[in-house]
Amino acid sequence: MTLKPNYQLMNADEMRGTLNRLADEILNAHSGRELVLVGIQRRGVPMAQRMAKTMADKANVHPQLGILDINLYRDDLTHAAVQPIVRRTELPPHIDDKEVILIDDVLFTGRTVGAALRALTDFGRMRAIQLAVFVDRGHRELPVEANFIGKTIPTKDNEVVEVRLTEIDGEDAIYVMEKA
Amino acid sequence: MKRKDLLGIRELACDEILEILDTAESMQELSSRPIKKVPTLRGKTIINLFFESSTRTRTSFEIAGKWLSADVVNISMSTSSVSKGETLIDTAKTLDSMSADCVVIRHASSGAPHTIARMTKARVINGGDGAHEHPTQALLDALTIRQRKGSLSGLKVAIVGDIAHSRVARSNIHLLTKFGSDVWACSAPTLMPVKMDELLTENQNRLHITRSMDEALDQADVIMMLRVQFERMNESFFPSVREYFRYYGLSRERASRGKSDAIIMHPGPINRGVEISSDVADGPYSVILDQVAAGLAVRMAILYLLLGV
Repeated sequence: MTLKPNYQLMNADEMRGTLNRLADEILNAHSGRELVLVGIQRRGVPMAQRMAKTMADKANVHPQLGILDINLYRDDLTHAAVQPIVRRTELPPHIDDKEVILIDDVLFTGRTVGAALRALTDFGRMRAIQLAVFVDRGHRELPVEANFIGKTIPTKDNEVVEVRLTEIDGEDAIYVMEKA
Repeated sequence: MKRKDLLGIRELACDEILEILDTAESMQELSSRPIKKVPTLRGKTIINLFFESSTRTRTSFEIAGKWLSADVVNISMSTSSVSKGETLIDTAKTLDSMSADCVVIRHASSGAPHTIARMTKARVINGGDGAHEHPTQALLDALTIRQRKGSLSGLKVAIVGDIAHSRVARSNIHLLTKFGSDVWACSAPTLMPVKMDELLTENQNRLHITRSMDEALDQADVIMMLRVQFERMNESFFPSVREYFRYYGLSRERASRGKSDAIIMHPGPINRGVEISSDVADGPYSVILDQVAAGLAVRMAILYLLLGV
């Protein structure tokens, strides 16, 4: 499968602004409660780290950080063309009764989030779980919605939203690509 | 993973080994969870077919399978139709007809898992075949070494003991030389196979044979002791246990010939006072129990990579 870029959705500045706004919204909604930011592997992880740093700089709030890999909870393993790589999961101990913000780059079918919810349940009973994403591109296959959204865009089936992060990809940018 | 079966280390490429080790590292977190179970292999059936006794390999495959939500069935020689004279191939075909997804086999004959793998749709994992290979042991040893030493390359690894009967030694020699470590295989001449140097087709210069334990241990990063396999010895290979320990047993004094941070490994079960003294086995540089924990993670990784597609 080859991808050709259709258009750029955000540049580095716009991404920084979006992250700032998401951090504000989360802080406003959660003042006073103990927060855990859980990044979904892979690009949710650096996003959660950036979000935590933003919250510390802005409001002197220091949320705990967690990393979640959902591949052991996928319901589509037998359909996957390429076997997904299982990466590290690392959640803070005693996550019970805390408020978890799940963080991912793109919300699409909702299946990743579905798997993430099943995974989190195995770690205890959290006070609440909410979802923050950079891009909501529609095409849901499960009744999943995000609480905090960077940008909602209409997309076509054959498009791919590619979030690129310096920590992983060497640049900050979001592209909408088309399967050629 | 592209292959159907995991039969030996010899045929694995380095990147396949690294894929298993990296996945195993991700799996290690599972054992610290309050609920040690993920739904990954729900609906898959794994059969442990053990023709030789085993505690850790069988148990750890069983736990690994159960943590991944597969159904695990254990068949041991004494309780199966093998005791009624059924052939290995008939047993395998029978299990295949029960739609087993994976068969883990341990057998006294070298090549038994390979024979079964050709006859079955089920994926086959070699849990130890004769004196041939024990791939999951070498992989869990590699994970333990990598986590302690940071790498699998450029190390001096001494493997001491009953090399002749040891599938663990063979699989480890294949793996460690592939990654560019030097292996010193050391034992009494009666316990060293003839033509040991022909074991390797590549990296032959990385395998060193010696009968001197002091030479093998000198500045070693890893000291791997092998169990004296009394059950495979139908003649006398050495005069007495006491004499064996004097020449090839790991005492604290001997262990100090390795590097100051050398780790002590043993695939278990250990014969205390035969190949290793208790103070070394229970000492600060012993990673024998880390190996057991790594075994669980490695077996989960292999089951995931073979069955989770």
